[in-house]
Amino acid sequence: MLRVDIEKQLGEFSLHASFSSEGRVIGLFGASGAGKTSLVNMIAGLLRPDRGTIVIDGETVDDTAAGIHVPAWRRRIGYVFQDARLFPHLDVAQNLDYGRRMNRLPSDPVQHRRIIDLLDIGALLGRRPGRLSGGERQRVALGRALLSKPRLLLLDEPLGALDEGRKLEILPYLVRLRDEANVPMVYVSHDAAELRQLATQIVTLKQGRVTSLGGVKVLM
Amino acid sequence: MSEISPAEWTAILLSLRVAIVATLVATPFGIALAWLLARRDFWGKSMLDAVVHLPLVLPPVVTGYLLLLTFGRRGLVGGFLADHLGIVFAFRWTGAALACGVMSFPLLVRPMRLSIEAIDRRLEQAAETLGAAPWKVFFTVTLPLALPGVLAGMVLGFAKAIGEFGATITFVSNIPGETQTISSAIYSLIQTPDGDAAAGRLVIVSIALALGALIAAEWFARRATARLHGN
Repeated sequence: MLRVDIEKQLGEFSLHASFSSEGRVIGLFGASGAGKTSLVNMIAGLLRPDRGTIVIDGETVDDTAAGIHVPAWRRRIGYVFQDARLFPHLDVAQNLDYGRRMNRLPSDPVQHRRIIDLLDIGALLGRRPGRLSGGERQRVALGRALLSKPRLLLLDEPLGALDEGRKLEILPYLVRLRDEANVPMVYVSHDAAELRQLATQIVTLKQGRVTSLGGVKVLM
Repeated sequence: MSEISPAEWTAILLSLRVAIVATLVATPFGIALAWLLARRDFWGKSMLDAVVHLPLVLPPVVTGYLLLLTFGRRGLVGGFLADHLGIVFAFRWTGAALACGVMSFPLLVRPMRLSIEAIDRRLEQAAETLGAAPWKVFFTVTLPLALPGVLAGMVLGFAKAIGEFGATITFVSNIPGETQTISSAIYSLIQTPDGDAAAGRLVIVSIALALGALIAAEWFARRATARLHGN
């Protein structure tokens, strides 16, 4: 599903990560500053590795030796950021529809309905992002990413900006997503408890290096 | 104070036409340049920035003279345009529009650049991950979010263009009905023995237009802030 073998120098920090996984939900675990976000940005195509390869679902999206770098907008990945990054000039419905429009996908009312129900965001459709709570914003961001029909969903600390109460509010949606949405995910977190609930496989990152790879047991 | 005479109307309408054409033609260039200065790093960027601001600090008569040398009938660009495309600037209202466009360009670009710089680049990244090619990111995220700044720049540029005097009169002279704008009409009137009343009326029109433009620019700026906060 996902194969990564990259090197990247970011100022003083060097990231050298190599792993491959067939897991449905790959948990990327590590303290802040371990290089998780940089790694995810490279998988997304927002950051270019200095050396190495990234293969998503059989397609090589980065191969520095062969000069391959597929730009982010052609990778068909969904990315949910810690700070939802909803478009402030569009309402919720338009935000949700953005990926479909950009990828020129035909409208798919069934999937649309299903994801809106899954995330319970039907009541928010007419609102602007400025009028949403943090948890609502993150649910809309999830929906927006899913509706672009990605082949891989990247979630970078999607609960990181929320307080404990909100986290517990969103977590069940993420579990549902994992079980029902049928999209493989890379889930980044520094919270072992969160990953134990969601991930099927764990990649541990420490100071830019992969230190372990395996089932959720590595978190015990 | 008596009514505005037909001759004064001619000057007012000509000023409006000159300023509107100058602003509309300058806007796409202004947006492109604002984006370039806000979003790209390239060799010679500070030089380009300085050149854009030059009309703001050069004596207007110098800018006008340089335009005459370049875009006059015998100028390098002016000669070419006249011979091959039939576009003549010298002593025409189009020349006045060119002079006004050049003189107002720094004021037009500035709010556009600031509003593009204020846009969170992470929103553009989010758009990219959703499948938007760079040009689509520009038209669906960058430009809509910068729109109030773009409009503010247009309004300011328009206000500057409608009041431009030095470069215009140097480049295209002061021909009633062709190149005599409000400013050059006022200049002529105050040198005429009985021109005071007419000059006074045009002065009031000028003040009203300038004030209106400033208020409009301020309003657009406030809209921009609200828009970026997603309300």
